[in-house]
Amino acid sequence: MMAEHSDPRDEIVEHLSAMRAFAMSLTRNSALADDMVQDALVKAWSKIDSYQPGTNMRAWLFTILRNTYYSHHRKARREVADVDGEMAAALSQKPDHDGRLQMRDFNRAFEQLKDEQREALILVGAGGFSYEEAAQTCGVAIGTIKSRVNRARKQLVEMLQMSDDEVLEATDVVTTTIVSDNKNVA
Amino acid sequence: MTQDRRNSNLEEAIEANLKRVYEDVANQDVPDRFKDLLNKLRESEQTDQTESDNNDG
Repeated sequence: MMAEHSDPRDEIVEHLSAMRAFAMSLTRNSALADDMVQDALVKAWSKIDSYQPGTNMRAWLFTILRNTYYSHHRKARREVADVDGEMAAALSQKPDHDGRLQMRDFNRAFEQLKDEQREALILVGAGGFSYEEAAQTCGVAIGTIKSRVNRARKQLVEMLQMSDDEVLEATDVVTTTIVSDNKNVA
Repeated sequence: MTQDRRNSNLEEAIEANLKRVYEDVANQDVPDRFKDLLNKLRESEQTDQTESDNNDG
């Protein structure tokens, strides 16, 4: 008797937390993210024949997840109120003088990135995906992923420099004075 | 602080926050609804399988 054929679907459960994290990165809304994970799970279950055992299951699941997002949930994201974002904003944080970037500012900037940039950045910068795995997941060339990641990083720097300057202007008159004095010397 | 220095601090902060956005959710307990859903999908399939086995036999 042959060993019982193992069902790759038994492995799906190991990727649930990563799927929620990726979905949340895309939607920035926890209710939408969880609906999206649910839809993706049902699809993954019925489409398991398209998964090649031994290949990267997380990448395969993320592909289904992002397809779900682009075909159904992207529109919903624009329509629902950004409850999570509003809550985060309501928890006002005092300016941080050690230069540490405030999460609220980061979230605001992150949400302004294009979906395609945000997903590339999160896969590579947080999800531990190689450029190749990210390219495979998003169905584009490796060079496309690289340029999306680079552009996303650059845009975040630009957006956050601006909010950084605003904080400086509002809270740190002394530093501003020193900076302008230095300019006068130069 | 020079502009270069500020930028590299900013880049480090961006990388750290990026990981935080993802890991804050990845480290949460997964709500039961997802494991329940997987169990339901499995059960409904086993029911189908049993029925088709019976039909074959």
